[in-house]
Amino acid sequence: MSVFRALAAGLAVGLALVLQVSLFPHLAWHGIVPNLCLLVVVGAALTRGPQFAAVLGFTAGVLLDLAPPADHVAGRWALALVIVGYLAGRVRQDVRPTAIAVVVTVAASSFVGTSVFALSGLLLRDPALSVPDLLQVILVAVVWDIVLTPFVLPLVMRMFHRLQPARATA
Amino acid sequence: MAGLNRFDKRNRHERRWRGEDRLDDRNRPSRALLVALLLGCLTLITLDYRGGSDSPLEPARRTVGEVLGPVEAGVATAVRPFTAVPDFVRSRNALQNDIAELRAENSQLRGAAATSSYDRNRLEEFDGLTAAAEALQYALVPARVVGLGPSQSFSRTATIDAGSDAGIRPDMTVLNNDGLVGRVLRVTRSTATVLLVVDGESVVGGRVGESMDLGFLHGRGILGAQGRLDLELVDDSVVPDKDDSVVTWGSESGAPYVKGIPVGRVTSVFSSVRETTHHAVIEPYVDFGSLDLIGVVVPSGTRSDRAVIEADGSLQ
Repeated sequence: MSVFRALAAGLAVGLALVLQVSLFPHLAWHGIVPNLCLLVVVGAALTRGPQFAAVLGFTAGVLLDLAPPADHVAGRWALALVIVGYLAGRVRQDVRPTAIAVVVTVAASSFVGTSVFALSGLLLRDPALSVPDLLQVILVAVVWDIVLTPFVLPLVMRMFHRLQPARATA
Repeated sequence: MAGLNRFDKRNRHERRWRGEDRLDDRNRPSRALLVALLLGCLTLITLDYRGGSDSPLEPARRTVGEVLGPVEAGVATAVRPFTAVPDFVRSRNALQNDIAELRAENSQLRGAAATSSYDRNRLEEFDGLTAAAEALQYALVPARVVGLGPSQSFSRTATIDAGSDAGIRPDMTVLNNDGLVGRVLRVTRSTATVLLVVDGESVVGGRVGESMDLGFLHGRGILGAQGRLDLELVDDSVVPDKDDSVVTWGSESGAPYVKGIPVGRVTSVFSSVRETTHHAVIEPYVDFGSLDLIGVVVPSGTRSDRAVIEADGSLQ
C-alpha cells in the first residue's frame, strides 16, 4: 500500500511537471506559467501534514531541477518546495480547510516558494536579473497559481485523502 | 498494596500521555527529517554549483531527460493541434486584413488567402526553413519545441524533440526562419535542451551589419514582448545606427555559433560616460514566446534519424 501511495504521489508530480513544461507555455504570460508541482505539494500538505509534504516537495523539486529544459543549479527548487511543504503543512488543522483557507495557503506558498528560489539564485548569482524583475515574476506566478487552485487543488486533495493510511485501514 | 496500586495508576496515566504524544507526533514533522531534507538540498546545490559544466549531476539530468523527454514530446504532439488554433486564426485574420487593404488593386491575394489553411502555414514554415538552409549555406536538422522552462526558474531554455539520434551534439547553433534562437546545451537520445539567446547567461558574438563592428550580445532573461538583447561594442568609438541589423560573427569551427545568422535589429543606442562604451538594445527577429519549428545547424552529411535539410535546399 505504501509503495502504491508513493507511486501515485510520484505520478501526480510527474504529470504536473510535464503539463507545466509542455502545455502551459502556450498559455504563458511572458513565459510565466502556473507552478503545478507546487500546487501538488500544497495539496499534499493540506491533507497529509508537513512531514509527507516536505518529502514530496523534495522529490518534486529535484525533478523540476533535473528534468529538461531546466538549466539552473540543481537543488534550488528542491529547497524551495521542501520549505513550502513544511510551512503549508503547519497551517493544516484537523478540520477540513475551507476554500478561502486553501486559496490563502496557495497564495502564501507560491510567494514563499518562488521567492526562496529567486533568493537562492541571487546568492549564487545564477540569473543576472534585477529585484524589480524578480518581484514581477513572483507576483504574476502567485496570480497564476491562485487562478489554477479551484481546478487543481480539489483533485489533488481528494487523491491524497483517498490514499491516507488511516482511511485505508478503517 | 496501596502503594502498588498508586504506581499502577500513575503508570497507566503516563502511558496514556505518552500515547497521545505519539499521536501528536504524527501531525508534527520530525525535525530530523526536515534537517536531513534541507541538508540534501544544500548538498545538491553545492555539488552542482562547484561542478560547473562537468557537475556530478549531469548523468542524473541525462537520465531524467531520457525518461521525461519523450513524455514531453508526446504531450506537446498531443496538444499541438489545439495550441495551433489561435495561431491559425491570427494568421487568417492577418491575411484577411491584408485582403481588405489590397482588394481594390490585387484580387489574386483574395484567392491565396481563401486557400490558406493550417497545413499550408506549416508547409510554409518548412519552406522557410529550407530557404534559410539555402541562404545560410548550412545543413539543418528540423525539430520542434516540445517544452519551455518556466520564467519562475529565471532561465530561458527550451526542450526540442531531436537528440543525439538525430545527429545533434552540444554547442550546436539553433535557428528558425526568422533568425538565431540559441545553442544546444545538452542532449539525450531523443531530446535536446536549448539555451535561448534571451537567457540572462547567454552571450553571443555579434556584428553590426552596416559597419561590420564587433560586439557581444547579452540576454536579459525576459521572454515575450520585452525580450531584448544588450549589445556591447568592442570598439568604443563607433555608434551603431537605429534599425541596423546584427548578425552572429561566429566562433572557430562553428561552435557554439556559426557565423552570419541574423539575430535582431538595433532599437535604441545609449552610452554611459563612466564605461566609455556604447550599448545598443537589440530586438531579436525571433518571437521567443511562440517558438515552434526550429533547425539545428549540423555538419553536411550528418547521419540522422530524420530528413536533414542540406545547404542546397535538398532533403537527405
